[in-house]
Amino acid sequence: MLLISCPWCGPREEIEFRNGGEAGVAAPEPDAEPTTDEISGFLFFRSNPKGSFHERWNHSHGCRRWVSLTRSTITHEIESESQPTGRFRP
Amino acid sequence: MSGWRLAHGGLIDRSRPVFFTFDGRRLAGFSGDTVASALLANGVDVVARSIKLGRPRGIVAAGTEEPNALIAVEPGLALRRATEVELVDGLAVRSVSGRAPAPAIDETPSEHVWHHADVVVVGAGAAGLTAAQDAVAAGGRVVLLEGGHAAGPLPDGLVDAADFVFLPRTVAVGRFDSNMIVAHERRRGTPGANTAARDRLWHIRARDVVLATGAVERPLVFADNDRPGIMLAGSVGVYLQRYGVAAGRRAVVFTANDSAYVVARDLQAAGVDVVAIVDTRVRPGPTADAGGIEVLSGHVVAGTTGDEGLASVLIVPRDGDADRASPTVVEADLLAVSGGWDPALRLLAHTGARLRYQPSAGTYGVTEVPPRVRITGLAADVNGGVGAFSTLDPVWLVPAPDGSLDRHFVDLQRDATAADIRRAVDAGMRSPEHVKRFTTIGTGNDQGRTSGTNELGVLAALLGTTLEQLGPTTFRTPLVPIPMRVLGGPYRGELFDPVRTTPIHGSHVAAGALFENVGQWKRAWAYPREGESFDDAVLRECRAVREGVGIMDVSTLGKIDVQGPDAGAFVDRVYTNRFSTLKVGSSRYGLMLRADGMVFDDGTATRLADDHFHLTTTTGGAAAVLDWLEEWLQTEWPDLRVRLTSVTDEWAGVAIAGPKSRELLARLAPNLDVSAEAFPFMTVRNEYLSELPARIFRISFSGELSYEVYVKSWYGRALWDAIAAAGADLDVTPYGTEAMHVLRAEKGYVIVGQETDGTVTAADLGLDWMLSKRKWFIGLGALDRPHLTRPDRRQLVGLLPDDPDLHVPEGSALLPSGGLGTAGNVTSSYRSAALGRTFALGLLAGGRARIGSRVDAQVAGWRVPLDIVEPVLWDPQNERRDG
Amino acid sequence: MSGRRQPLDPHLVERLWRTPAPKPAYDVVVVGAGGHGLSTAYYLAKNHGITNVAVLERGWLGGGNMGRNTTVVRSNYLWDQSAAIYEFSLKLWESLEDELDFDVLLSQRGVVALAHSTHDVREIKRRVSANHANGIDAEWLEPAELKRFVPIINISPEVRYPVLGGSLQRRGGIARHDHVAWGYAHAADRMGVDIIQNCEVTDFLRDGDRITGVQTTRGPIAAGNVALAAAGHTSTLADRLGIRLPIQSHPLQALVSELIEPFLDTVIMSNTVHVYVSQADKGELVMGAGIDAFNSYAQRGSFLIIERMLAAAIELFPIFSQVRVLRTWAGIVDVCPDASPIIGPLPLGNLYVNTGWGTGGFKATPASGWVYAHTIATGQPHELNAPFQLDRFRSGALVDEHGAAGVAH
Repeated sequence: MLLISCPWCGPREEIEFRNGGEAGVAAPEPDAEPTTDEISGFLFFRSNPKGSFHERWNHSHGCRRWVSLTRSTITHEIESESQPTGRFRP
Repeated sequence: MSGWRLAHGGLIDRSRPVFFTFDGRRLAGFSGDTVASALLANGVDVVARSIKLGRPRGIVAAGTEEPNALIAVEPGLALRRATEVELVDGLAVRSVSGRAPAPAIDETPSEHVWHHADVVVVGAGAAGLTAAQDAVAAGGRVVLLEGGHAAGPLPDGLVDAADFVFLPRTVAVGRFDSNMIVAHERRRGTPGANTAARDRLWHIRARDVVLATGAVERPLVFADNDRPGIMLAGSVGVYLQRYGVAAGRRAVVFTANDSAYVVARDLQAAGVDVVAIVDTRVRPGPTADAGGIEVLSGHVVAGTTGDEGLASVLIVPRDGDADRASPTVVEADLLAVSGGWDPALRLLAHTGARLRYQPSAGTYGVTEVPPRVRITGLAADVNGGVGAFSTLDPVWLVPAPDGSLDRHFVDLQRDATAADIRRAVDAGMRSPEHVKRFTTIGTGNDQGRTSGTNELGVLAALLGTTLEQLGPTTFRTPLVPIPMRVLGGPYRGELFDPVRTTPIHGSHVAAGALFENVGQWKRAWAYPREGESFDDAVLRECRAVREGVGIMDVSTLGKIDVQGPDAGAFVDRVYTNRFSTLKVGSSRYGLMLRADGMVFDDGTATRLADDHFHLTTTTGGAAAVLDWLEEWLQTEWPDLRVRLTSVTDEWAGVAIAGPKSRELLARLAPNLDVSAEAFPFMTVRNEYLSELPARIFRISFSGELSYEVYVKSWYGRALWDAIAAAGADLDVTPYGTEAMHVLRAEKGYVIVGQETDGTVTAADLGLDWMLSKRKWFIGLGALDRPHLTRPDRRQLVGLLPDDPDLHVPEGSALLPSGGLGTAGNVTSSYRSAALGRTFALGLLAGGRARIGSRVDAQVAGWRVPLDIVEPVLWDPQNERRDG
Repeated sequence: MSGRRQPLDPHLVERLWRTPAPKPAYDVVVVGAGGHGLSTAYYLAKNHGITNVAVLERGWLGGGNMGRNTTVVRSNYLWDQSAAIYEFSLKLWESLEDELDFDVLLSQRGVVALAHSTHDVREIKRRVSANHANGIDAEWLEPAELKRFVPIINISPEVRYPVLGGSLQRRGGIARHDHVAWGYAHAADRMGVDIIQNCEVTDFLRDGDRITGVQTTRGPIAAGNVALAAAGHTSTLADRLGIRLPIQSHPLQALVSELIEPFLDTVIMSNTVHVYVSQADKGELVMGAGIDAFNSYAQRGSFLIIERMLAAAIELFPIFSQVRVLRTWAGIVDVCPDASPIIGPLPLGNLYVNTGWGTGGFKATPASGWVYAHTIATGQPHELNAPFQLDRFRSGALVDEHGAAGVAH
């Protein structure tokens, strides 16, 4: 029952959002030729911290934009302002 | 015990008698009574038998902490506590001994309410009312919740306050992240309540929460402490003050704190003979005013006697073993006990606050309150150890003269005793959580309100440790039990998940179609005629498409409009094959992969202008594909100048398929040159069709000459009906999804989600020709991982049973030549009108190399041999698509 | 099936386990006294004669997911690799009471999985057939047969997602989670295993590329091998070693109702509407919901998931409408991208991991311990856990139980 702040819409209920996992994980650039280890890392390996976690949410039942924020996985407290993703790298 | 109604006093309305039945006995009470107060007033002492031992049990408390007096309310047998059910005329209740009868079905939906408030005050006692007044005075939206029914009148400042909501009979059942309070409002009996919504579940997002939730009194643990007539002292006071009911005629008060003294005086004043106050403390506290009643300080009640109810109380000095043999025996029918108080702070624990033992208060409490929460009133006093409610030096276990512990009840509802705790300790258990699970203490429907702290006190006493070393077991949502009906809310039927129908739906209904659920859509499955079986209908529909002309509603296909200067580059990245070279007005079949290289979706993309593509997706995948494309565009490629719009609902579509489809289209669109040369395969035309502006695609999912005609959705049904009318003499035949599945399978066309399951690559499906070698696409980098290039991967093949009438069920395992396990599975299996036989598609390990050989399918325990063949069984040279 | 022996009879209590102080060194230190950690210690002693074993537990034994799950036992998984290990587990379950000399209250009352669409029907039939091919009992039931088997189920075609049939594994059922933990603890303790509670592992002792022990809140403990079995905490421990695992930790919620007279004598699950439910022998309904999508170690999820699940449950079982929810809670499940576990060595000497069971951990308890003990004792995976190695996330040889047929829980 998180209250998530959307940079465009303001604070909204968790039910309006879709969780997108860890933020800041860039996909291989088009035309890059990643090694098997690199592609496996991108596909399957994410950090899973107990504490502050930088994660993505999509305001899927709202403006449909992606945002990123830092949330504690221990208390669920949202510790940062929500940032639009994409304007900068994810 | 012999409870009785005082001649006057209480908040009941003595001018309005109310009649009810308890286990068939007709009894009387007054408006304003609960079942519990009325039972006490009628002198009913035994209200239930205990769940395991069958011992007689009476009312202990006056609120939601009541462990014994469970009742089932007729006629639905909803389980409640006698202390919280308001008396209404004609009420019929049954006693329950621990386990409820299965209740009747009651599908009355509840309402779910979403609300925002600046301040939510939980509890409308004196402190709660004050807090609400303060909050209203400060301005802002205020909600006051009161779990009980008999709150007094609201003070003047609140009655007319704007932005103030008072919710009586509303229990805050949970506090969740970011101060979300969920509360259950019981509306039955509320004047003016709409009977259609007897319950509401409130979700209130609060800036600040004020807990004026009070405290729960603890019983004392001594031998035979479970007899009817042994009650919590504070509750005895509530029955006296609120209901004008004295719970007995001759009482002893047994306390470890000052709070029970006022109850003793009030009982005495009401005419009850209070024989003695037994105080565990040698030196009672400063607020202990006995009002002339004899006080046995430094004494304890070591046992009781009685048959059904309480008869006498055995009093001994707290210290001094020599006197144990000869206790003072006092006759009494009421023993009011107070072991101390626990602050009602479980709502804090729901969101992770840890309660710890506070020796200065004699209870589990909090020293740090979470942000934006305030505790006030009795809860704050008990938590902080202020005044009469603090219990310094609590007594957790009063030894019995014979040393036994097996009638020292700790959890009355679970019938669990101090002896059970000792057995847990003997078994090696030290953690309160183990003891809870071993003894079941605290697992009853009161969640251990009156037993949890005592369990820990007894455990500490047996282990010779302190309560600071023992944390409380975790408190869980909901605070009080809630019917599933209330939590589930109105989200049933079409409100559980919306039903989507196409604009043409009415025509399918009129044609007698059967429907299947595909995602949220209702799709026409087949159109069996009167007396025709489903299978026969599908064969007839397939034959019509292969030999004449059929029409199908394809409106449900996902449609995504892609526009912008970089549209071509974007579409190139998301499909495996190249689109940026596609000519305006042309279409191409496209395949999308997930980032791990597995097949994700397929469809066609049509270039409508240089900077404008129209993508179709599978029906079930439409939302996921849009999500996927938006994610890449926003988070990875924000530099691409592209906009995506779902136009699924904007367009209605009809496929016109079969050798006679050209003739039918020509009739409908006389201005269109429908010749194969002028309107070739995989191109699009904009033209009026029966006066409707339409986009006409020449594409085929059946292998036959075929068109898909799209119009704005509000013309959808007009389009369908116009096609049907124009083609009547051609015997134009509506066909459903099942026939479509058969037709595409005959051609070896896969369905994503049927031939694929998230583990299938394009190469597995024989679609490696669609993987561009000259450009990058999503999933490309994952394709050369070792496991994805193995020759023994499961590959798409056609499968034919020897018996042309044998239908191998979809899902059947394909077997290895020996041993356990599977070599693949049948993904699609049908009877084919065109082939005159049954056939199947399947995924088979190393299948492509095995074409021409045989494999066994597992069918109902039998091995059924199948020929392994090419997956394209109909028109492998594509000779039919131009008509 | 149950009740053959009653070591928990109030009058016949024996000591279940000791409360030993940690020794300076052990042959094997198992981190985590949940079901898997305890069964691993038991099979190390029983199958491999390795009894100089400590099981370290930061809280109380059986207090993590072992004490929070909905106790379903079944083996009807889709893929051969999963079917093999879960079926081996079910066979161990069937003799577990004799093995441990402890009543684990296994009740093979059947597990039903419901189909609500033609897609579900195809996928569940696929699983039934694959089960047959793997020697696992499975049946397909048409709606009318289901209704006879589960009379309280609503098979009306009028509901939003009507029941179109379902699979039944008659050998599936439930067991009592606490008793399983206590039974393994008791049996391991009797063979000399030290179960050390309130002892949190805070770091590892290393000698170059080899692990030589653990640092704990009760001091350093040397170990020949260190075996992680700490669901919900594995990532935190691996982070200490700079090892990243392909797991994410999520809340998984469940609830119980008040006690009701018995009316449901089987286990029902529906993946489409995210419900699974059974009625325990005391009378409470035990229900599980779907996983919360966000990462959390808070042991709580969104209440809306509970509300949604109950809306679906009432549609299937109208008789639940007035039954009251008593308690909700959440465990922390470690989920791998393919919803299958990892059991095997890590890229440091003498270090092993058992993680990623997601929603399947309880039913795997016996087999997981068996194969993990084998792996630790021999240094090589058992044939049953060979497919479940960390390397599969590089090679792509996933065992994807996510698919529609891979019914969770």
